[in-house]
Amino acid sequence: MNPEELLYAETHEWVHITEEGGAKTATVGISAFAVEQLTDLVYMELPEVGKQVAAGGEFGEVESVKAVSPLYSPVGGEIIAVNSDLADKLETLGEDPYEVGWIIKLRVTDDSSLAKLLDHPAYQKQCAEEG
Amino acid sequence: MPYTFNTPKDQQAMLDAIGAGSVEELFDCIPDDLRLSRLLDLPPALGELELTQHMQMLAAKNQHADQKVCFLGGGSYDHFVPAVVDAIASRGEFYTSYTPYQPEVSQGNLQVMFEYQTMICQLTGMDVSNASLYDGGSAATEAVLLAMSATKRSKVVPASSVHPEYRAIIETYFTHLDAELTTVGSPDGVFDASELEQAVDGETACVLIQHPNFFGCLEDVEAAATIAHAKGALLVVAVDPISLGLLKRPGDLGADVVIAEGQSLGTPMQYGGPYLGIMACREQFVRRMPGRIAGQTVDRRNKRCWVLTLQTREQHIRREKATSNICTNQGLFALRAAIYLAALGPQGLRETAELCLQKSHYAIGQIVADDRFELAFSQPTFKEFAIRDRSGEVESMLADAAESGIFAGIPLGKWYPELADCFLVTVTEKRTKQEIDSLANSLSRASINSTVSV
Amino acid sequence: MRNPRATQLLFELSKSGRRASRLPASDVPEREVSTMLPAAAIADEAPPLSEVAEPDVVRHFTNLSTLNMSVDTHFYPLGSCTMKHNPKRNERLAGLPGIAHLHPYQPEESVQGLLQLLYDLQEFLAEISGLPAVSLQPAAGAHGELTALMMAAAYFNDLGEKRTKVLTPDSAHGTNPASARMAGFEAVTVKSNAEGLVDLDDLRPKLDDQVGVFMITNPSTLGIFDDQVAEIADLVRKQGGLIYLDGANMNAILGVARPGDFGADMMHFNPHKTFSGPHGGGGPGAGPICVTEKLGGYLPVPVVAKRDGKYSLDCDRSKTIGRVRSFFGNVGVLVRAYCYICTHGPDGLKRVSENAVLNANYLLSKVKHILPVPHGDRCMHEFVASASDVKKVKGISAMDIAKRLLDYGFHAPTVYFPLTVAESMMVEPTESESKEMLDAFAEVLFRVTDEPADLLHEAPHTTTISRPDEVQAARRPVMKWTPA
Repeated sequence: MNPEELLYAETHEWVHITEEGGAKTATVGISAFAVEQLTDLVYMELPEVGKQVAAGGEFGEVESVKAVSPLYSPVGGEIIAVNSDLADKLETLGEDPYEVGWIIKLRVTDDSSLAKLLDHPAYQKQCAEEG
Repeated sequence: MPYTFNTPKDQQAMLDAIGAGSVEELFDCIPDDLRLSRLLDLPPALGELELTQHMQMLAAKNQHADQKVCFLGGGSYDHFVPAVVDAIASRGEFYTSYTPYQPEVSQGNLQVMFEYQTMICQLTGMDVSNASLYDGGSAATEAVLLAMSATKRSKVVPASSVHPEYRAIIETYFTHLDAELTTVGSPDGVFDASELEQAVDGETACVLIQHPNFFGCLEDVEAAATIAHAKGALLVVAVDPISLGLLKRPGDLGADVVIAEGQSLGTPMQYGGPYLGIMACREQFVRRMPGRIAGQTVDRRNKRCWVLTLQTREQHIRREKATSNICTNQGLFALRAAIYLAALGPQGLRETAELCLQKSHYAIGQIVADDRFELAFSQPTFKEFAIRDRSGEVESMLADAAESGIFAGIPLGKWYPELADCFLVTVTEKRTKQEIDSLANSLSRASINSTVSV
Repeated sequence: MRNPRATQLLFELSKSGRRASRLPASDVPEREVSTMLPAAAIADEAPPLSEVAEPDVVRHFTNLSTLNMSVDTHFYPLGSCTMKHNPKRNERLAGLPGIAHLHPYQPEESVQGLLQLLYDLQEFLAEISGLPAVSLQPAAGAHGELTALMMAAAYFNDLGEKRTKVLTPDSAHGTNPASARMAGFEAVTVKSNAEGLVDLDDLRPKLDDQVGVFMITNPSTLGIFDDQVAEIADLVRKQGGLIYLDGANMNAILGVARPGDFGADMMHFNPHKTFSGPHGGGGPGAGPICVTEKLGGYLPVPVVAKRDGKYSLDCDRSKTIGRVRSFFGNVGVLVRAYCYICTHGPDGLKRVSENAVLNANYLLSKVKHILPVPHGDRCMHEFVASASDVKKVKGISAMDIAKRLLDYGFHAPTVYFPLTVAESMMVEPTESESKEMLDAFAEVLFRVTDEPADLLHEAPHTTTISRPDEVQAARRPVMKWTPA
C-alpha cells in the first residue's frame, strides 16, 4: 500500500478502505512514524476475529520495553481478519508497516469518522510537529 | 543521633553553600500554620543498650516456640530453618539493597529471583513463577483477579476448606468490584463435588481450592480441574510447599494457577509476617500475572545476565490500567526460600515431608486413643488434622495445655461455627515423639479436669 | 571480593547424590506411606530440585551477594525510595526468639509483650501523623493506599453517596491510580503547574460531588512541599471528598508538620523508607495507615486494643472493611520501625528530617551547576534534576549518566520518574550520608557530564555485566532455567 494514499488518525493508525458490492472493508495498521517513536517493540495484544469495535475504540495494544500504547480503530465495524503472524515477527512492523505489517481488517459499519481523519500531507505535518 | 554525620561545622559549611541562614529556614516552604509548634509526644530516645534491655523486657513477656511446644499451623508453621539460610540472608549486600532498577549492579538479586522462579516451577509443575507477592492471602487474591481478567468473567467459586483468612481478603477486595463470590461447602472436610459442579457455570472465572486444605485434608485436584475446565473456568490451587516433597505437583493435576504461603520455606513465623506469597501459572497467563519477574538475556558483550522483564504489566507503566497495584515483591523471603530449597534438595524436601506425615499420623493415633477425641473428618491428611473434642470444651482444654507448656492447636469455631467443638493440630518434622506423647497426655488430662470441674 | 569464576546457576552446579541436609530418622513407629495417603496423590519422585553440597550453597549465594550494590556498601541516592542506613541493632532485636518465633495464632495472653509493642507503635504513628486511628495490617505502601481507598468507598456507601472518582496528580506514583481502580474508582489525573505543584486551575473543574478522594503526595515526588495543601483540602472538603496523603516522603517532615494538621484524612507510612526497615532487595515493606476519627471504624481487622492493662486483637468492629492481609501484618518490619522511633525520640526524629533536608539542599546547591533542577533552588528531602539540556547538546541521556555513575561506585538516582520532568534524575541522599560523600558524588557527576558521549553510551564499563538487552528479554521471555 502506498502510504501517500492512506488516511491517518491523530493517534497514528492508518486506514485503507476498499469497496466490493456495496460492502466496505477497512485495513488498519500503524504508521512508520509511530513504529519509530515506540522504539523496539516487544509485544502486541491483538483482538479476536468477530469482535465489534467503535470508531475511535481501542482494539489492541503494542508494547515496547517500558511503554504500552493502545491501538484505536479509525472506523467502526466488525473485525474480520487479524494479522496473527505479527505477534512473533514484530520486526515486520519496522520493515513494512503498510503492507506486510497490516494489523486488522474490519467490515465497516460506521465510517462517519472518516471525515475527521488526516490525509498524508496533513499527517506528515502533525508528525513534524510531534517529532 | 546515631545515624547521621553532620557536625555543627559541617552544618555551617553546608548552609553557607546553600545560602541559607539556618536549617530552620530550609523549612520556610511549609506555612507556619501548617507546622507543628511543639515536639512530638513520644518517649525519649533510647541508646542501643537501653533499647536492647527494653526489647528484651518486651520479648520476655511473650512465650515463643522455642520455649513452648508448638502444634499450631493454619498457614504459619514451625519448620526447621538450616543455619545457612540465616547466615546468607543476613548479608547486607542482600538485605540492604533494593529492587534491581540498575541491573548492572543487581545481578546478585536478579539471579536469585531467576533461580527462585525456577525452583517454584520445579516444585509446582507450572510454566512460570513471579518473583513473589506479599503472602499467601495476597497471592490467592491476585490469582483470583488474574483469572477474572483472563476469562473476562466475574464469578469466583472458592471451597470453604480454603484458608478462611484468604477468603476474607478476597471478600474485602470484591466489595467494590463488579464480582461475585459463591463459596462451596466442605461438610466432609473436602469440597463437596456435586455442590461445586452446580456452582460453576459459564460466568465462573475460577475455582479456588487448597490442597492440602485448611483442615489438612487432601483434595481431589483433578476432579476440581475437570469441573472448572468443563465450563471454561480456571483452577487456582493453594498448596503447602513442604507437601510437594511427597505429593503430586498441582501443575501435573490440572491447575492453571498455583499459589502458596511460602513461609514454610525458611522464614521465621514472626507473628504472621513478613512472609512470602508464591504465585505460578501456565505460560498463557504470564502477561496477566502481577508482581516482578526476572528474565534471562545477554549484555552487550553477549554475556548471560538477568533483568526485570515484562514490566509493561506493572503499575509504574500502566498506572490505572495495571493488572495489579503491587509494586514490590518479598525479595528477602524469596531469597530465603531459594537458599532453603537449595539446602534441602529433592531428598531433603521429601524426607521433611515424610517426617511431617509420619509424625502427624502418629499424633492422630495417640490423641484419638482417648475416646474423648476423634478425627473431625475421615479424609487423608498431610501434616495437619482437625480433632473433635466430644466433651466440647475446646477453649478451656487448649488453655490448660498452654498452661502446661504446649500450644496444642487452633480452635476452629471462630471461622466455622459448626466446628466449635473442633481444633486444628499441626505436626512438623521438628516435633519429637516425646513432645507428641506429651501433647496427647496433656489433652486427655485437660479434658478430664474440665469434665470433673463441671 | 568478587569471584570471577562464579558464573553458574545453582542448577548447573547440581550433581546427582549431593546434598546439604540430612534429616533425622523418624522417632515414631513408621508406617507405609501408602497406608496414610492415597496412591493417586503421591508423586513418584521428589520434585526436580538441584542437588548440591552445603559449601556449594554458601559459596554460590555469597558470591551472588557480591554482585549487588547496597546501602551497607554504597551511596544509594535512589529518589523516592529513602535508602537510609539500616541499623544493625534493629536486625538483632527483631530476631529475638521472643519476637521472631511467635506463631500468629498463639493465645493473646502469650504475646502480651509484642501486642504492647504494636499498640505503642499504633500510638506513635498516630502522634507522628496527627491522625488518631491506625491499622498496622497493610503489607506495603501500595497495599495501604488500596486499604484506605476501600475504607473511603465504604464510608461514602454508608453516607448513601455514590462517588466514582479518585483524583491523582500526574507526578504521583503509579500505584495511586492502580489502587484507585482496584478499589472500584475511576482514576482521574490532575496536572502539575510550572512550579511542580498541583495545578489548581486544572483541579477546580475536575472537583465535583463525584470525587471521593484526592490523593496527594506531600512533600511531592519533586521534593517540594505543596503549600496549597490546606486550600486543596478545603476545596475537596467543600465537595464532600476526602484527602489521602501518600506518605512516601515523610522523611522530610517528621516532627515538623503532621499530615493530619495540614488537611489529610488518611495516609500511609512506608516504614521501610521513613523508619529504616531494610529494603530486602525489593521487599518486605509495610504500609500502616492512619486516619481520622470518623474513618477509624472502617479500619481493617485486627486492631490492637488495650483494656485494663491487657492487650488484645480487636476483630469485632461493626463497620470494618474486613481483612486485607492474612494474620496480623508484616510484624518484622513494624518491630524495626518501633526500634527506630524509640532510638530517636521526639528530638531525634525531627533531626532526622532536618538532616535529610539539609543534605538534599546541599547536594542540590552543587548539582544545579551541573544539571538544571527545573523546580527551584530549594527542596525538601530530594530533588529532581533534568538531563534534557545535556541530551540536546551532547546527546547523553539521564540513563547514560546513571549508568556511568555506577562505574564510579555510586548507585544511580531514580531516572525517568516522575514522568512530569523530561530526562529526570531524582536524587535523595537521606540524612545518613556525610558531607564528604555528597561532595564526592557531586564531583563525579560533574566529571561524568564532561566525559565523551561515546564513553557514556557504552557505560557501565567496570561492572560485572554491561547493559543488558532488555528488548530480547521482553520479546522472548526466558523466566526459568531449563536443562539443556
